[in-house]
Amino acid sequence: MERIDIHPTHRYQTFKLRRGKPFPFGVTLVPFGVNFSIFSSHAKSCTLVLFEKHAAAPFAEIPFPDEFRLGNAFSMVVFDLDYENLEYGYRMDGEFNPEAGHWFDKTKILLDPYAKIIGGRDKWGIAPNWQDIYQHRARIAFDDFDWEDDRPLEIPAQDLIIYEMHVRGFTQHPSSGVKHQGTFAGISEKIPYLKELGINAIELMPIYEFDEFENSRIHPETGELLVNYWGYSPVGFFAPKAGYASTGKWGMQVDELKTLIKDLHRVGIEVILDVVFNHTAEGNERGPTISFRGLDNKTYYMLTPEGYYFNFSGTGNTLNCNNPIVRNLVLDCLRYWASEYHIDGFRFDLATILGRDPWGKPLSNPPLLESLAFDPILAKCKLIAEAWDAGGLYQVGSFPAFGRWSEWNGKYRDRIRKFLKGDEGCVGEMAQRIQGSPDLYAHSGRLPTTSINFITAHDGFTLADLFSYNDKHNHDNGEHNQDGGNDNYSWNCGAEGWTDDANILNLRQRLMKNAIALLIVSQGVPMILMGDEIGRSQQGNNNAYCHDTQLNWLDWQLLDKNAELFHFFKTCIAFRHAHSALRNAAHFHHTDRMNSGYADISWHGTKAWSADWSNSSRVLAFLLCGKHAQDDYIYVAMNMHYCPLDFELPGLPSGLEWHIFANTGCPHPHDIWQLGKEPLLENQTGILVGDRSIVILVGK
Amino acid sequence: MNLTTDLKIIDQVATITLTGEIATNTAAIFQETIEQTAKQAIRKLILDMENLSYMSSAGLRVLVFAKQKMGSQVDIDITGASETIVSTLRTVGFHHSVNII
Repeated sequence: MERIDIHPTHRYQTFKLRRGKPFPFGVTLVPFGVNFSIFSSHAKSCTLVLFEKHAAAPFAEIPFPDEFRLGNAFSMVVFDLDYENLEYGYRMDGEFNPEAGHWFDKTKILLDPYAKIIGGRDKWGIAPNWQDIYQHRARIAFDDFDWEDDRPLEIPAQDLIIYEMHVRGFTQHPSSGVKHQGTFAGISEKIPYLKELGINAIELMPIYEFDEFENSRIHPETGELLVNYWGYSPVGFFAPKAGYASTGKWGMQVDELKTLIKDLHRVGIEVILDVVFNHTAEGNERGPTISFRGLDNKTYYMLTPEGYYFNFSGTGNTLNCNNPIVRNLVLDCLRYWASEYHIDGFRFDLATILGRDPWGKPLSNPPLLESLAFDPILAKCKLIAEAWDAGGLYQVGSFPAFGRWSEWNGKYRDRIRKFLKGDEGCVGEMAQRIQGSPDLYAHSGRLPTTSINFITAHDGFTLADLFSYNDKHNHDNGEHNQDGGNDNYSWNCGAEGWTDDANILNLRQRLMKNAIALLIVSQGVPMILMGDEIGRSQQGNNNAYCHDTQLNWLDWQLLDKNAELFHFFKTCIAFRHAHSALRNAAHFHHTDRMNSGYADISWHGTKAWSADWSNSSRVLAFLLCGKHAQDDYIYVAMNMHYCPLDFELPGLPSGLEWHIFANTGCPHPHDIWQLGKEPLLENQTGILVGDRSIVILVGK
Repeated sequence: MNLTTDLKIIDQVATITLTGEIATNTAAIFQETIEQTAKQAIRKLILDMENLSYMSSAGLRVLVFAKQKMGSQVDIDITGASETIVSTLRTVGFHHSVNII
């Protein structure tokens, strides 16, 4: 006997239909059919458009019967479809009246915002057919990946060391030596390198489907095709980018990405996704209609009273994140990535937009941020905010956290940079940044791990460029060097860009070592930019969003060329993993709670127990009490003065002696020592710290 | 291009010889053979792909189905697969679930 729930009740031409289930939105496989469900609060009618894969014209257009609309959801089961070979879209009919916020146009075929696979840009860099009537094509994904026993790793936040990475940039360079260059599979091949470096989380710049050809153009002087290389412009939030998969041409990007995540989890590396919910690839009034604009413009975007797009993202439009429909979309999306892809955490681009109301006003308790913080599926996921936006809202230290959110700490980045280049007036704030920024977070009960500490990220100079350029050099971006930030706090050490001056090169090398040394001894969560460990340069470009060239690709030959720097980085990372004193879950108390004779953290200068907090000071040292941390004692002396200085050392408890782990002022191989092989310091009462140098001692 | 499957079972070892292509329109043939095999008491399944020229994602899905249908007690060996097919199996992670020989 035929089940009643799989019995077609309607026919349209040769197609057998039945009223669909409104939830979940998107596409669901049901016995003998496919359930399609889509939302629009203002459309008058909706038509399902079906293509065979890659076909120029649809093979069917099936209007949703009126009785298949429930509330604002159009839902329909279509039976007997060859869903492996199917692409689908929608036409929405309604008012076209931009002043009122409506952009309905039934001549456009619209992408399902819940599409799990998107075709149309199946292989990176292949110029699209702009005449195609349906550019970004929704396909159906299958949830049959064999995860075995895999699940998100749930590494405690204080133990994380994050490595920010661009999927293509990591292995696209010919020197990478991988079989599948520039893809998820390419990263899999480089897992041994990541393990050797010692990081335990990768943060992938956007990997959902975007269009690298969005706003592509030829640079009038260089002739280079400039593309959307970074990918901060979502076409579809649920679908991994086909062009990042070596198997994307066969539509198997889902499996390839899941394999990468499973491989990374197997060796103890988490995966954090950089997600962009602040805007979409549809841009402003002049942008293409891909999905949201044609589905329900007034719901999905923040609009001015005149119907124009608010532009808090700096890219043309702003997603209306605190509209309940959009809020659910974001929540559904993140739950999907967490449950289907076992993603360990999310970093939210321009996250303050997620806390604005539909008219752009910051909310004190943004419902979306609260929902994400308390969601049961996301409960163990890391939630990281880029706590600012292009509309001027800067919330580092005040992002609505609900006890869950951490932040890219832009204040850490800026202060560390200033200190490293020897600016005055830094020492007081440095003490806060090193402790996990309690001045920003402790008063509201937020832990040191709230602070994602970074000195460089994709946005801005690389570490090598930070100490090679005073100014940005973005001419190749084709925007007359007007793009990119001007507040870099960088220093070229005496020559702008390339030089063969050995003294300058040595100084740059030392400052890079100082940077990683400071990062690994700071409380909070350190984040490293891909390639900084081997001195990757972008030739002074601090906004290299548009170059699919060797400017952005990691040159693996640097691994040999800068082997000394790589060795320093990986040894520093191992040091952090080995010392719990550097990874406090709670803020310091600045008191002796263990009856050790020492506070948990104490501050020093060239004189022990006497830090110089004056405005002209460029010197700071601190001691972490081993008894409080159930670890060794750790002493760090930072001399950013241009002269070497003698530092008096604080005494250790009886039976312990100072050993030297790192001294950036010493030439290799005496700049850093393997764990357990740190040599005894000859003079236990003082040490000469070179100019612009950092010393790390271990008391054991 | 079509797909033909030939099933032989000797001493609880099932061998399915695949000839042709596994694509969307032929995957069902492969799946039917897997279902037929799963009804037998076997300890090992060998998929002979020497004469298989192409396998689409639909074919991979049947491999997943085979693994789930047979359970963990039945080893699955893949023999004679072309370099392209082996590479695809590895890239999408299936090499953890079967033995590629």
